[in-house]
Amino acid sequence: MTMNSHIPDGKLEEKWSKHKANLKLVNPANKRKFDIIVIGTGLAGASAAASLGELGYNVKSFCFQDSPRRAHSIAAQGGINAAKNYRNDGDSVYRLFYDTIKGGDFRAREANVYRLAELSVAIIDQAVAQGVPFAREYGGLLDNRSFGGTQVSRTFYAKGQTGQQLLLGAISSMYRQISLGTVKAFPFHEMLDLVVINGRARGIVARNLITGEIKSYTAHAVVLASGGYGNIFYLSTNAKGSNATAIWRAYKKGAFFANPCFTQIHPTCIPVSSHYQSKLTLMSEGLRNDGRVWVPKNKNDNRSPDQIPEEDRDYFLETRYPAFGNLVPRDVASRAIKLVCDEGKGVGGKNAVYLDLTDAIKRLGKDVIEERYGNLFEMYEKITGESPYKTPMRIYPAIHYCMGGLWVDYNLMTTIPGLFALGECNFSDHGANRLGASALMQGLADGYFIIPYTMSNYLADLGFEKVSVDRPEFKEAENKVKEQVRRFLSIKGNRTVDDFHKELGKVLWDGVGMSRSEQSLKTAIDKIKVLRAEFWKNLKVNGTDETLNQSLEKAGRVSDFLELAELLAGDALLRDESCGCHFRVEHQTDDHEAKRDDEKFSYAAAYEYQGEDKPAQLHKEELKFEEAHLAARSYK
Amino acid sequence: MKFTLKVWRQKNAQEQGSFVTYEVFGISEDMSFLEMLDVLNEDLTLKGEEPVAFAHDCREGICGTCGLFINGRAHGPLTGTTTCQLHIRHFKDGETITIEPWRAKAFPVIKDLVVDRSAFDRILQAGGFVSVNVGSAPEANGILVPKKNADEAFDTAACIGCGACVAACKNASAILFVSAKVSHLSLLPQGKPERRTRVLNMVKTMDEEGFGNCTNTGACEVECPKGITLASIARLRREYCKAKIKG
Amino acid sequence: MQNAEKKCAVKKCAMEKSSVTEKVFMSLTGLFLCLFLVVHLGGNLLLFKQDGGAAFNAYSHFMETSWIIRVIEIFLLLFFLTHIFMAIKLTIKNKQARPVSYAVNKASENSSWFSRNMEITGGVIFIFLCVHLYNFMFSQRFFHHYPSMYAAVRTVFQNPWYVLFYVICLSWVGFHLIHGVQSSFQSLGLRHPIFTPWIKKLGVLFAALIFLGFLSLPVYFFFSRTSRRNVQSAISHQLKIENGFKRGASQ
Repeated sequence: MTMNSHIPDGKLEEKWSKHKANLKLVNPANKRKFDIIVIGTGLAGASAAASLGELGYNVKSFCFQDSPRRAHSIAAQGGINAAKNYRNDGDSVYRLFYDTIKGGDFRAREANVYRLAELSVAIIDQAVAQGVPFAREYGGLLDNRSFGGTQVSRTFYAKGQTGQQLLLGAISSMYRQISLGTVKAFPFHEMLDLVVINGRARGIVARNLITGEIKSYTAHAVVLASGGYGNIFYLSTNAKGSNATAIWRAYKKGAFFANPCFTQIHPTCIPVSSHYQSKLTLMSEGLRNDGRVWVPKNKNDNRSPDQIPEEDRDYFLETRYPAFGNLVPRDVASRAIKLVCDEGKGVGGKNAVYLDLTDAIKRLGKDVIEERYGNLFEMYEKITGESPYKTPMRIYPAIHYCMGGLWVDYNLMTTIPGLFALGECNFSDHGANRLGASALMQGLADGYFIIPYTMSNYLADLGFEKVSVDRPEFKEAENKVKEQVRRFLSIKGNRTVDDFHKELGKVLWDGVGMSRSEQSLKTAIDKIKVLRAEFWKNLKVNGTDETLNQSLEKAGRVSDFLELAELLAGDALLRDESCGCHFRVEHQTDDHEAKRDDEKFSYAAAYEYQGEDKPAQLHKEELKFEEAHLAARSYK
Repeated sequence: MKFTLKVWRQKNAQEQGSFVTYEVFGISEDMSFLEMLDVLNEDLTLKGEEPVAFAHDCREGICGTCGLFINGRAHGPLTGTTTCQLHIRHFKDGETITIEPWRAKAFPVIKDLVVDRSAFDRILQAGGFVSVNVGSAPEANGILVPKKNADEAFDTAACIGCGACVAACKNASAILFVSAKVSHLSLLPQGKPERRTRVLNMVKTMDEEGFGNCTNTGACEVECPKGITLASIARLRREYCKAKIKG
Repeated sequence: MQNAEKKCAVKKCAMEKSSVTEKVFMSLTGLFLCLFLVVHLGGNLLLFKQDGGAAFNAYSHFMETSWIIRVIEIFLLLFFLTHIFMAIKLTIKNKQARPVSYAVNKASENSSWFSRNMEITGGVIFIFLCVHLYNFMFSQRFFHHYPSMYAAVRTVFQNPWYVLFYVICLSWVGFHLIHGVQSSFQSLGLRHPIFTPWIKKLGVLFAALIFLGFLSLPVYFFFSRTSRRNVQSAISHQLKIENGFKRGASQ
């Protein structure tokens, strides 16, 4: 299989408009003859289903949740970036592009990022027209806040629930199409295999999670928008159900997987409190607008935070990075927090630092802070039992987002023709680190404004002919899935799925977490192999496959995580440099900043599946930087 | 800490269910309620029994998936909280905790504590949207919305569709949910052109789904984890009457 | 095409009755019945006039014979029937909406008893209404059991069981109103951050006044029966003397 990124020629700022002009179209009357399957109903999936439905295609939308509107985009808190320059503070499409490229530590594709910045503006228009209740000023105009890695205020927000509001907006558009009959929703359905016929994606096999029925669905094209694989670490800010199954099974059918080692650690999450913890909760990056991050200067300072005077506090982000202060990008902040905690300065000797809004409360008043972050404070208090109005929050980094994902070309098509990947499940726009408030932007740009164009270009050449579910390719895939389900239930070992998952998470966090070394990665790979072997021998799943069986669902997901984990660690081992979130201890500057190696690693690593227990084949997509000049990232 | 859990077990929608009593030990007060159920399920699995099915996903109180009727209250004893955000520190050591699924004709039980809330989706599909195609949106700041309206619209749009209002209402009425959706869009200029058809169609679907009728007990308001108030129900009624009168 | 269909659907929808319109009917009829209670109480208070029931009898005579009142009465009957019919319909529908009830339900932690038991308080009121209509309206208007309405009131409230029954039922009228008044405003969508708390308070006050106002009559007539007997015997004695005097004079 070959990789062609299909990046159009011409000047950066003209690429997308020229490309759009050259894309082939499908006659409106013919659109209804095409079936499209969309997997996932987050921002990317819902917006894709809605916009494709609006065009007149027959869309089938699948999600494992009980309702499309529960996809995990709903949990995004802080906001969405757009180069509107409403603040008159020097923002522009170019600056958003540059911030994103730089924030991603020069490991993203220029053309894609520029297009993203360009489209950001239209997303806000679309969302507002749908009735998304963004925060507003007294004059009735839209309000903005700032986010990490930027020096402008370009983030649009709806309190700490921006993801929820944008998702409900996208879902409302999708529901409108459902009411008009162009989109059909399949909630409680999990895609378990991709069906490729004559080299093209022509359908899926999905399991009805309530009845256990395994069934094939055909289409002319399949769109994956199934989100990231952060749950591979067990403890993450992802929803419990978030998984890599759709993309992993597509990978095993020939789609390349790019940059799996780029997993983002979010600096401000509620720290782990003990072994039974089932998930980590994010405290929005928006809090760093008004909050100050600090630790006691002296180790073992056990005074309560209000008893520690200014001179005994170390505002380490402000001192290390005076230009960006508390608003440095996530990877930088996370590492700095890890560094102080490793030095033993963590609060109470534990892995935690203070995120303190006391100054802001004094300066702006409790009401203003409550209006901005009220729901986050409430959430924090519910979980920890402490009120952030009184005591500073304690935070620590946690796995949050995956920049890596299926490799896609400029049209967001994977290496399997007819299989597209949108949103977090592709690798395209964020390089080695994503800036805050950019995930929502990417999901919606992909779904609303890119896939409608590139899909028609693909379908225009395809022909209307439908494939039958009776074809051997479908039967084979169905049987494979059934066989796997049967196997999970028949092992009857001694360990639960969660038990395996927790151990995998620990292996990854220790070896492939915030800092990685050759040794830690090799150890991790060995452990993953052992764990995977044990999984297939010692797994215990009770119940049947004929009713809702949550353990069975998890078993499938964890089995995929166990395979993906090895690819992830292997990629981290191969990438012998530090960049963005990927921090190899062997490659750091004197003051512990990531040191890139552009000579050797200025590429996206795309892996091709070679078969069970065979190492994946690496393909390199060289990254060319014509506009943004490769430079050491500095936020000082 | 230890607890006695009386959990509703039901194999599927067709079969009858019943309560089964379990004991859980070694529970810490910092655990979330669902983490306690995780402990129970791990235990049951190792004993060779089928774990208790319960709905959950984000576990940070925003997706609206979780929803248990705990000790006679929707989402448990704490107000303004989803089940996943409820922590063990709000229970007494040794307490007996009764856990039931949401009960309503419109929310049939799928298994154990999981219910089918697709009726909510069908209500939304009946009109919970602004008809705007991608590409045709005007410049965002071209639509002015007074801050007060925007904030109020946000407050109602914060509904997570968990169904606690239905679960808590003695009549299993869905009107708080519907009114939150109707209020959100009727407060914004974007939602004005379709406001009449929207409210009529959504109420019609609500009735067809088999929810009960509101008798203004106010239970929904108390149990709503997102603080949607009866004011939005009043707004729905006004919108509805206006739509009826003006046709 | 799509739009035309949609319009049709909307029109059809506008003709149908929904749970929201049903509540509007409940509310409007309920509020009218509250108004009726006020008028009824006003008339009843004439019983306190110390004229041996003359004013009250005149009032009830007017109520029995005036054609305007006949018309209003028909409406009143219609409102009562609508209110009751809707209530039954809603109650059945609401019971059906939860076929399996909760094993443990701490409803008292999220709502008031009055709000949750309108069908029960309403049911008691319905029984009361039947007895009340039999006691006064039917027995007086159709069967002429008593020489006057005043006499009817006086006689009925001599019976301690009736008085007890009235006291109990009237308190349930009050319970019904505690939730009913504020609820009817809510059902009409009349809600305001400043006025609604007042409406709630006034609703409770109204319920209390209606309860106490109506309650005062049976209690008054019951407890004043002994003294009333004395008064009556004095009156009849006086009449006898006067009659005797007249007779004597005519002779």
